[in-house]
Amino acid sequence: MLESVSYFVLVVVSAALVLTFVRLVRGPSLADRVIALDLVSTQAVGIIGAATIITREPFLLRAAIVLALITFLGTVAFARYLEKRAAP
Amino acid sequence: MKDLVVAVLMVLGALLSFLAAVGILRMPDLFTRMQAATKSGTMGVGLIIAAVAVDAAELGHSASAILVIAFQLLTAPVAAHMIARAAYFTGVRLWEGTIQDELRENYDQRTHLLRGRLEALSNIESLDSDSAKARESSGNAETSP
Repeated sequence: MLESVSYFVLVVVSAALVLTFVRLVRGPSLADRVIALDLVSTQAVGIIGAATIITREPFLLRAAIVLALITFLGTVAFARYLEKRAAP
Repeated sequence: MKDLVVAVLMVLGALLSFLAAVGILRMPDLFTRMQAATKSGTMGVGLIIAAVAVDAAELGHSASAILVIAFQLLTAPVAAHMIARAAYFTGVRLWEGTIQDELRENYDQRTHLLRGRLEALSNIESLDSDSAKARESSGNAETSP
């Protein structure tokens, strides 16, 4: 049962990923794109969680930890760049 | 029983993630989009990883799953705040239906400081100059007699 639920979760999160990519492409401002990219990597952490349950491979969670931290660094770097560009 | 808990947590998390994506696509301006994406996105992924923590066979694997949730909960608000601040200063337009923008008159666009903080800074400077004057006058008073 858990495996089929995990596949359902993969399908739903992948559909969410597609919707987020639409915003990433359309986004009127750079900040919209940064937020969409942030959400994409958050959803990637969710996909890694579902894959962990399907494959029973707990070491995939290390990748999730690294991804969560790298995402934070990337978003903070983009925010600083945006603010510096606004007021040099 | 454990499988049922894991399944319910995963389905709830997946639906919340989907809700975040719908929010980021359909909301009218940047700040509303951002609050849809950050809050329900973090919550959805947090529930999926919580399901992994419940499902894990060993305590150590549960611990690393909880570590992922902790990092998400710590970093997501900080990142969202920094992006919102940067976007406000770059002049991202608010939705036409916005009723109130309290930052407009209280934020200094040049120095990026809140008005209350600016006033506090100028008060400290004037206090410093006052005490310097007081010290000078008292020094004169001591030397003059």
